[in-house]
Amino acid sequence: MKEKLSKIMEDAMAQIDESGQLDRLNDIRVAFLGKKGELTSVLKSMKEVAPEDRPKVGQMVNEARSIIEKKIEERRTFFEQKVMEEKIKSETIDVTLPGKRTLLGHRHPNTITLEEVEDIFIGLGYQVVEGPEIEFDYYNFEALNIPANHPAKDEQDTFYITKDILLRTQTSSVQVHEMEKGKLPIRMIAPGRVFRSDEVDATHSPTFHQIEGLVVDKNITFADLKGTLQEFAVRLFGEGTKVKFRPHHFQFTEPSAEMDVSCFKCGGKGCRFCKGSGWVEILGCGMVHPHVLEMSGIDPEEYTGFAFGVGLERIALFKYEIDDMRLMYENDTRFLKQF
Amino acid sequence: MDTSLSWIKAYVPDLECTAQEYTDAMTLSGTKVEGYKEFDKNLDKIVVGKINKIEKHPDADKLIICQVQIDEAGTETQIVTGAPNVKEGDKVPVVLDGGHVASSHKDGENENGFKIKKGKLRGVESFGMMCSIEELGSNTDMYPDAAKDGIYILSDNPEYADAPIGSDAVGLLGLHDVTFEYEVTSNRVDCFGVLGIAREAAATFGKKFVPPVVKETGNQEDVNHYISVEVKAPDLCTRYTARVVKNIKLAPSPEWMQRRLASVGIRPINNIVDITNYVMEEYSQPMHAYDLDCIEDHKIIVRKAENGEKFTTLDGQERELDDSMLMICDGKRAVGLAGIMGGENSMITDHVQTMLFEAATFDGTNIRLSGKKLGMRTDAQAKFEKGLDPNTAMEAMNRACQLVEELGAGEVVGGAIDYYPVKKEPITIPYDAAKINALLGTDISEDDMVAYFEAIDLLPDKEKKIVTVPTWRQDLERMADLAEEVARFYGYDKIPMTLPESSATRGGLSDKLVLENQVRNIVESYGFCEGMTFSFESPKVYDKLNLKQDDVLRKSIVIANPLGEDYSVMRTSALGGMLSSLAVNYNRRNQDVRLYELANVYLPKQIPLTELPDERVQFTLGAYGQVDFYDMKGVIEEVFYRLGLRGKTEYQPDAQKAFLHPGRQAEVVYEGSVVAYIGEVHPAVLKNFGIGERSYVAVVDLAELIAMPKESIKYAGVPKFPSITRDISLTMKKRVLAGDVEAVICKKGGSLVESFELFDVYEGAQIMEGFKSLAYKIVFRAKDRTLTDEEVTNTMDKIIKALEEIEVTLRK
Repeated sequence: MKEKLSKIMEDAMAQIDESGQLDRLNDIRVAFLGKKGELTSVLKSMKEVAPEDRPKVGQMVNEARSIIEKKIEERRTFFEQKVMEEKIKSETIDVTLPGKRTLLGHRHPNTITLEEVEDIFIGLGYQVVEGPEIEFDYYNFEALNIPANHPAKDEQDTFYITKDILLRTQTSSVQVHEMEKGKLPIRMIAPGRVFRSDEVDATHSPTFHQIEGLVVDKNITFADLKGTLQEFAVRLFGEGTKVKFRPHHFQFTEPSAEMDVSCFKCGGKGCRFCKGSGWVEILGCGMVHPHVLEMSGIDPEEYTGFAFGVGLERIALFKYEIDDMRLMYENDTRFLKQF
Repeated sequence: MDTSLSWIKAYVPDLECTAQEYTDAMTLSGTKVEGYKEFDKNLDKIVVGKINKIEKHPDADKLIICQVQIDEAGTETQIVTGAPNVKEGDKVPVVLDGGHVASSHKDGENENGFKIKKGKLRGVESFGMMCSIEELGSNTDMYPDAAKDGIYILSDNPEYADAPIGSDAVGLLGLHDVTFEYEVTSNRVDCFGVLGIAREAAATFGKKFVPPVVKETGNQEDVNHYISVEVKAPDLCTRYTARVVKNIKLAPSPEWMQRRLASVGIRPINNIVDITNYVMEEYSQPMHAYDLDCIEDHKIIVRKAENGEKFTTLDGQERELDDSMLMICDGKRAVGLAGIMGGENSMITDHVQTMLFEAATFDGTNIRLSGKKLGMRTDAQAKFEKGLDPNTAMEAMNRACQLVEELGAGEVVGGAIDYYPVKKEPITIPYDAAKINALLGTDISEDDMVAYFEAIDLLPDKEKKIVTVPTWRQDLERMADLAEEVARFYGYDKIPMTLPESSATRGGLSDKLVLENQVRNIVESYGFCEGMTFSFESPKVYDKLNLKQDDVLRKSIVIANPLGEDYSVMRTSALGGMLSSLAVNYNRRNQDVRLYELANVYLPKQIPLTELPDERVQFTLGAYGQVDFYDMKGVIEEVFYRLGLRGKTEYQPDAQKAFLHPGRQAEVVYEGSVVAYIGEVHPAVLKNFGIGERSYVAVVDLAELIAMPKESIKYAGVPKFPSITRDISLTMKKRVLAGDVEAVICKKGGSLVESFELFDVYEGAQIMEGFKSLAYKIVFRAKDRTLTDEEVTNTMDKIIKALEEIEVTLRK
């Protein structure tokens, strides 16, 4: 009996070792361990064994079964491993082929720039508000300290609809609407379209965008104006951006200033963008003129404020190095898809 | 406004700075320097030389060989030239070997100039070049004594005749100078004159300001015997001063005056003209000179013109006037257009004997409007427009007479006519150092503030805490203005940078702007790019869009002074802009174009406007290429869904849009309101815009959506029970709408229908002519149990039965 078992084991091991593929292992399992398999038949012939030897033989059969099973399992794992390796080997791809992208649309460079500006000021507690583009003369000029027949009115090349209604030349008109609401303090920015009678060329457009800013509160100082706009410049153009304030004149602010930022192309060394000066003029600003506050019903003895106005295209053109403003209104997708 | 550095130094003698230092400092103190030009930038090694000997060139008829003495010691250098106008003994500017000139006879001006090297001309050595005025970077307009087309013969001008040989010729000609170009703001009338700028320069650099001392002038005669002045329009003429000069001796003005005028681009003419120009530049007070012998009745009358009155200005142009314009007249006729230009009939000629000087101030607005009406813009007018200080007028007048005497240009008659009924008095402004510091956020001492005021000739009184403001600073009215003066001279750069520390405010976007950003995000995920077009367009767009004559979109706001017809009406629809943008892309062969714009349209409530129009933002999409009606509809559905607009939405065929394909357009009705339309652009309209591909548009009246209630998202649970899916294929007449079929599925399926999807639309050989087939996949699910086949079959039967009632049958 013992010899018989040894023979079965030997046969099984040999067959397992010789098995060339996964399917064959099943046949081997059936042949040796199945209901009609060789080991089973050994058990079936147990009656021929002396009763006292039966437990021992039973044990030997069981040991043989577990050895064969283990061997088959090892072999199966080996085969599976091999199959997987081969599969993997055959599946190498060219990772330099292009990725599959969903063709998303693009925002206009003006909008991208505006959103950056809005984020900065919203973070500083500013509300983003809007005002009408077709506007009364009063809001565009008179309430901003530019009375009828003032030369500053001529300088702006205004489009008129009627004597009293015009296309706003500046988003500053929104300042007046905000102040007239009578809710103080005010911290707002007002982006929007403005219109000036300029012929279309690489640097002019009769339609363009401005962003107006206004803060009115107690104890607002020129130093606050400087600090706020510096914060704005650094956030928009990056750490290390320097600002320079130069005296200027606007009818509706006093003192007034223009702000230059260090050229973000050359870092201030001078290049073709800043025409060699190292500085780029970015915006006009100043302390709200006390008369403007008065006209809108705010007591300039109690409240002060500052205001600023930025040309949106000016920033966008600089930021993206766009050399012709006409591109902004042509809507050629080869242009738009670059942003 | 321009000044040269040397002219500024005439009033600020201690000023020492480079052009760049001057530019930076002046700009920071508020007088913005736009740029500067250094006259000697490309001039080097140019000396006064004397031609000792001239010989003919042996091999060239047109060349001569000059022996030119280039120092007092007698050193000679040989120069070959082709210039025809030199002779022995002439003193000329000579550029030596290795030197530089600004322009070349052959190549004209060059940014970096030209280097002069020794060389051979037809075999004869030449060690330099004798210069024309052009080679020195100027021209004969500015240097009238220089030869045209030849070497500048210095010795022909008595002022240069004694110049030492070998001395710096560039310096001799006043070319070691810089001209600055300023951007003067309209409030600083005083800085349109050299004196105003010089005062600022002195204060900026902390140097002494030395203005000209105007002395008394005139002989024993009385000007009133020569002329009388009557002002009939006192509202428009605030001051009129006049003096008389007789025995005029016209001659070139001295070099220093010519140089100063030339440095700011004014061509020297003769002593009298130059004096009027010089004083205008110095004081920003225009002066006019009349030939007194042409003034009838020895009388000046200042009056308004008559409507239709004609007048010939000194440029020879006849002008037609109206009764708003101010005229200077003599006893019989007009002799000048006040503040703008004199008349041909009284202008100074070479034969002038006696002259009337006028220095007046007029109403700036009136001058500006008159100039505009006449289409004129003179230097004088540009100054008057700003509104000049009447107190400066007499000083300028006396300065001019002083120069007449100094230059020996004539004999000044004693006395002056001065019409000045209401004298302009200086105002006083209280100052409060604490308040100024509070406004600026600074801590500047009162003493420093007072010093800044004094430096620009404001008169502070520390006792009374007031500043007296001279009348030429009409821009200073209240303390905020004084704060700016303090800030300017303290230095804007020294003011600290702080953030407002006061009340907290809540920042954010308005609901409208939030909505705009949402729709941007949605349609960008569908490949649409954002465009922007002008708010105004041509009225021809209406015809291009096939609009009927009575279409409400034709009722647009018209700009009174447009840039041209193409930009003359405010858009009532953004379609014109969108189709133009598609056309641009089509013409440039861009494929598969998808654009959107958030465009304001302007809908008048009445015409002409008496109140502001309705400005509405229209969300406008346009596309051609790989796109059809249903792509556009899908985008609109997605927009509505994502915005939370999940109420009843209907797509009604035929939106009555003339610019859309009649069989391919739909009006979008949300909860009973028309809020959008979609369609394929009408082929005729495509043709009008020059687009050669089917194009699709969708326009959402976003303004309408802002106020609509939006469904907020609530989690509905993940289904716990399985679903059962059934496909049905249906046939029906073509005219039956999918929408009708779907309405039946929804109604009869009730709550068991979780969703359905149209997966096939077929028309063609397999089915009857005039019919179509739609195939739907319907998903059934109950929230609370596993559905049985039987339940689903029952529901399907109900649906099919109801469909049969609208002549939709199961496809066999």
